[in-house]
Amino acid sequence: MDLYEYQARDLFEAHGVPVLAGIVAQTPEEAKAAAEKIGGVVVVKAQVKVGGRGKAGGVKLAKSADEAQQHAEAILGMDIKGHTVHRVMIAQGADIADEYYFSILLDRANRDYLVMCSKEGGVEIEQLAVERPEALARVSVDPNTGIDAAKAKEIAEQAGFPEDQHEQLSHAFIQLWNVFSKEDATLVEVNPLVKTGDGQIIALDGKVTIDENAEFRQPAHAELVDEQTEDPLEAKAKANDLNYVKLDGQVGIIGNGAGLVMSTLDVVAYAGEAHGGVKPANFLDIGGGASAEVMANGLDVILGDEQVESVFVNVFGGITSCDAVANGIVKALEILGDSATKPLVVRLDGNNVEEGRRILEAANHPLVTTADTMDAGADKAAELAHSARTDK
Amino acid sequence: MSIYLNKDSKVIVQGITGGEGTKHTALMLKAGTNIVGGVNARKAGTAVSHKDKAGNDVELPVFASVAEAMEKTGADVSVAFVPPKFAKDAAVEAIEAGIGLLVVITEGIPVQDSAEFFNLSLTKTGADGKPVTRIIGPNCPGIITPGQALAGITPSNITEAGPIGLVSKSGTLTYQMMYELRDIGFSTSIGIGGDPVIGTTHIDALEAFENDPETKAIVMIGEIGGDAEERAADYIKAHVTKPVVGYVAGFTAPEGKTMGHAGAIVSGGSGTAEGKKEALEAAGVKVGKTPSETAALLREVFKG
Repeated sequence: MDLYEYQARDLFEAHGVPVLAGIVAQTPEEAKAAAEKIGGVVVVKAQVKVGGRGKAGGVKLAKSADEAQQHAEAILGMDIKGHTVHRVMIAQGADIADEYYFSILLDRANRDYLVMCSKEGGVEIEQLAVERPEALARVSVDPNTGIDAAKAKEIAEQAGFPEDQHEQLSHAFIQLWNVFSKEDATLVEVNPLVKTGDGQIIALDGKVTIDENAEFRQPAHAELVDEQTEDPLEAKAKANDLNYVKLDGQVGIIGNGAGLVMSTLDVVAYAGEAHGGVKPANFLDIGGGASAEVMANGLDVILGDEQVESVFVNVFGGITSCDAVANGIVKALEILGDSATKPLVVRLDGNNVEEGRRILEAANHPLVTTADTMDAGADKAAELAHSARTDK
Repeated sequence: MSIYLNKDSKVIVQGITGGEGTKHTALMLKAGTNIVGGVNARKAGTAVSHKDKAGNDVELPVFASVAEAMEKTGADVSVAFVPPKFAKDAAVEAIEAGIGLLVVITEGIPVQDSAEFFNLSLTKTGADGKPVTRIIGPNCPGIITPGQALAGITPSNITEAGPIGLVSKSGTLTYQMMYELRDIGFSTSIGIGGDPVIGTTHIDALEAFENDPETKAIVMIGEIGGDAEERAADYIKAHVTKPVVGYVAGFTAPEGKTMGHAGAIVSGGSGTAEGKKEALEAAGVKVGKTPSETAALLREVFKG
């Protein structure tokens, strides 16, 4: 989960990373009050989980609380690359003498962590990495030892910082490592990390991604979830422990196993090319257990999507047995009753498939069609979605 | 022949007394696996009852630690069915004990835990300078050498022994592919898992299949996220002489949305299915658009 800048700032502060005062505001009035509280020059910063907000006009300097209010009024509700601004952060103005870059991230290829650091911050780091790779130090970090004093010094040296800055920077690097390791982050990025006129090192803007698998030992992270901008169907699915991603199409998809579901989306999209360009409406992985309840919850979420015209249930029974899945479908349709109105194409294969198909046949539900293969099922579901759409 | 796992492998199960451990111990035995015991510190000294492939009763001893299990049984493979919270400790225990192959089935392990135990495994090297413990997973279906042994949760009744080697990030997609090619059969099929940090990679498996005389062709299944498939493509180009057929899932996945697997995310335009397909094709790998098309491409290889 990506965090907002203000959330990253708060985590930094909690772990002793030097930051400036910053208060989040959801209304212009709150912004004004925050600016008054901080005092002096402040910066009004749009809180969106996407880069390029400065260029989009989402970051403005305010010399007074009234000005902060005016800026907040303009920025709140703004659309930045498809993200609506619901909050601004009022941040204390900084006297910037120098800007640096620092990040720690999970390095998938090397299966350890990577620190990137540069004396040239405040710029597009991807651009710097391409144009002047020598200006960006890359230092591997062993997950079992992390950033200790020696590693911090190594980073400062490789980035070419003068000796007299090493101690101060090392301190900040170690605190940022604490954020990364103690918060179960997969990314901690500071851009820019600044040196102020009076020589202090401050993390001015931060980006943090946290690992949702660590939820069980990070109870405080639950509060970081932003329900306001979550898709309502995705929120509903999450409440039911379903692995659902809303997409923009007409064929609802239910399958078991992330890879097979992803593959099902692709196969449906290809099939859709012959049926008016219909596309998959969602990703939904019901995992190993396809009980009636899970199936009913899944169908309920999918049918809550008004764009959906047909549903393709594609299950390969590995450990899951197909008769359980078939029973799940039949019972789910009973539970949903009249609220289930869209046709279902079901393809079952694998463990106990004959019994599964027999159960579906015996139930003979008017909405259910069965298919023998994944390709045939995808084609049928796409065809049904297309004809329903053209009938409208 | 096969890779990593065969009929002589002596397998223990970490978490043998738990629900998943019990269920899959039974299925692994049924697949012919030589399971020699299990580990649960709190139930050490007891035994669990199961039936072997022939239907005979077997009593599997429960040991206090992986080290003890290895000492008493000569076990060289461990399969871990341990909840995410305890998975790192279980993995560290197996690595410290020096098990040869550790298959971590558990889904939902914090990635920092995986990074820690994987990097620990790199520090425990044998006389050849290589890590003693090979890790498969986490968050994977494990490994099956049909007709010989299963260390994981792959259904053993899909197909039998044959000349195809398969390596995949996904579970059910692997089963689907094995099913499509069930008439030809598999030497070994490995699900390496869809997490951002995994032990055995596509490249490791490709290297092993290349060196396995029984494997005549390789199916490689990838999915969006990371650049493992691109790196595998480079490896194939340089080192693999056997025919490789590929499949990549997630062409329709939008950027920024995680598709089920913690590692399956297209970010900043990288990790796309299209990019992976192009990289593989540039390395001479025929890539199918769908599982059935991929199976058809593989069949052509055998037709000559």
